[in-house]
Amino acid sequence: MKLSRIIEELGLQLRTESCDLDCEVRGCYIGDILSDVMANSAEGYIWLTIHVHPNITAVAEFKGLSGVIVVNGRVPEPETLKKAEEHKIPIFTTGLSSYEIAGRLYLMGLKRAAK
Amino acid sequence: MKDKIVLSQGFEIQGADFVRGGEASCQIVEALRDLAFPPEIVRRAGIASYEMEMNMVLYADHGMLSLTVTPDAIMIFADDQGQGIPDIELAMQNGYSTATQEIREMGFGAGMGLSNIKKNSDKMQITSTVGEGTKVHIVIEANGARSNS
Repeated sequence: MKLSRIIEELGLQLRTESCDLDCEVRGCYIGDILSDVMANSAEGYIWLTIHVHPNITAVAEFKGLSGVIVVNGRVPEPETLKKAEEHKIPIFTTGLSSYEIAGRLYLMGLKRAAK
Repeated sequence: MKDKIVLSQGFEIQGADFVRGGEASCQIVEALRDLAFPPEIVRRAGIASYEMEMNMVLYADHGMLSLTVTPDAIMIFADDQGQGIPDIELAMQNGYSTATQEIREMGFGAGMGLSNIKKNSDKMQITSTVGEGTKVHIVIEANGARSNS
């Protein structure tokens, strides 16, 4: 499923510039424990988290994630966005919770791809 | 020569520097990509390196993260000056952590770091002296894996 379709249907706010929004999203992972996300997400997944600090960019970079959605109306720190742009990782915000975003993604047909 | 060093890099890591924490591992990943290692090997090295780096940021005063690449292997070495680990066997258990509440609130300190390092490496060695520091050494076998080697 194209990232651009997800952005449109979920009304996500893009917070970073010059990122590839045409990429393929292969699955989704929800997690606020960084090592857990490192262990259990996979390449091309979109990640839902409450964290706003710069280390979310590192996790996304190392796992080859397709993007990060910061949920619950939380606002990423400026340093986080700067680092994300350097690594071309799209960061989004939403007022919705992880549960609501994940539920909608599932209904859109985004199922868990093989790791 | 089989043990010829292809690349050797070292990065200084400062304890409690959460803003720069992770940057050394990003540079390691870039270097390994430039050396044309397959994505799966780069990903394993990145995860292990990041966990090693963040362990120093979270628990040590300061340290060094070093990368050595030979035609056969990727070796990453973390050498820190800090509090050390009293019981390594216990620390290696998935879920065991001595992290403070503040560290946990940032999403670290879930007791998964050392097991993630082990899972993503082929060899892992850890030694520690309480009050002095900790050394973690990992090897990822890469025998002939580089596409241009």
